[in-house]
Amino acid sequence: MKITIASGKGGTGKSTVAANLACTLSRSREVALVDCDVEEPNLHLFFPGSTVDVPVTTPVPEIDLARCTFCGECGNFCRFGALSVLKDRILVFPELCHSCGGCVLVCPQKAVREVPRTVGRVACSCPIPRLTLISGVLNEGEVQAPAVIRAAKLLAEGHPLALYDASPGIACPVIETLEGSDACVLVTESTPFGLHDLRLAAEVVERVGISAGVVINRSDGQDEETLEFCRERGLPILMTIPFSREIAAVQNRGGLICRDLPGWEERFAGLFDAIVKIAGVNP
Amino acid sequence: MIVGITARAAGTDAPVEQRFGRAPYFVFVDTETGKSESIENPLVDAAGGVGPRAVQMFSEHGATVVITGQVGGNAARALEAGGIKAYAYRGSGSVAEALAEYTAGNLKSLSLS
Repeated sequence: MKITIASGKGGTGKSTVAANLACTLSRSREVALVDCDVEEPNLHLFFPGSTVDVPVTTPVPEIDLARCTFCGECGNFCRFGALSVLKDRILVFPELCHSCGGCVLVCPQKAVREVPRTVGRVACSCPIPRLTLISGVLNEGEVQAPAVIRAAKLLAEGHPLALYDASPGIACPVIETLEGSDACVLVTESTPFGLHDLRLAAEVVERVGISAGVVINRSDGQDEETLEFCRERGLPILMTIPFSREIAAVQNRGGLICRDLPGWEERFAGLFDAIVKIAGVNP
Repeated sequence: MIVGITARAAGTDAPVEQRFGRAPYFVFVDTETGKSESIENPLVDAAGGVGPRAVQMFSEHGATVVITGQVGGNAARALEAGGIKAYAYRGSGSVAEALAEYTAGNLKSLSLS
């Protein structure tokens, strides 16, 4: 079973929910926790430990100057500006390349071939018994987050239970993370921004065709607008985490509320049961 | 010599556009004959990487000098490699006026070296 934790708005508590859920589940079963927020992975802060790193590469063009006639076809085709063909030379901007392979196809001289280029890595560790942490890390200045997310998810393949912690937003990295998930947990906060972005995220999840439920974090007890939206959209509320100094204090020192505060392990176990119900698959 | 100038519209009376890769028009002026050719920039709404792609267009039109407001890092690299010199025009005048400023030697170079 594969569960994505997403949010739309950043800072609502995706990683808090993912880390606590993973820790709770690891008491009784094997779980793979995949950090798909590759531009700013942070789950390792909750689960420090030594990692084994696997590089992630993507194909980028290399020009055979013995064959190139500087006709400009590849540069005209590339919509990302990764190739600039000048009178007597050709410039490749590998960091702009999206690895579509189009330049290889359009070159009439067969002067373009693809070579691997490292854009990030996947860091694997076993920080606590029965928990495998797989963190995707995109190198600074790179744009190909989906490639690193794909690699991280691939390394989690075969695990009976995988939790994908998505990046904020609703763009390509989130779609890539959602792909193949059985259920999605949307974490929101009871603020106008939280609700605004929850609407967008809920729409994306619906389009991708994945069952979803909502966790309200930092609830001030006045979540009427969020509750009404969820009722309208048929999104079940899976859990509500109150706005509390005690919880914030645990979180701020890198702790886990399921481990450090009484009652939360049971609540996260209950969250898992609720997710299983919306996913409609055998956990 | 062919000078390419980023512009908001076609022709040498059009105001100069400060942006390089996303300028609506490129006006190419042959300084020997005085003839000009305006082309509509297809990259105005492109997702990204417009700098190097615009440089390729300048190169294809035989420009050896570019007059614009400013250029980004990738465009600067491509201009350098293509042997095209870039000059900054920050005024609100027309293409013809910017060209006159260039000819008078009043424009600052944007080139890396």
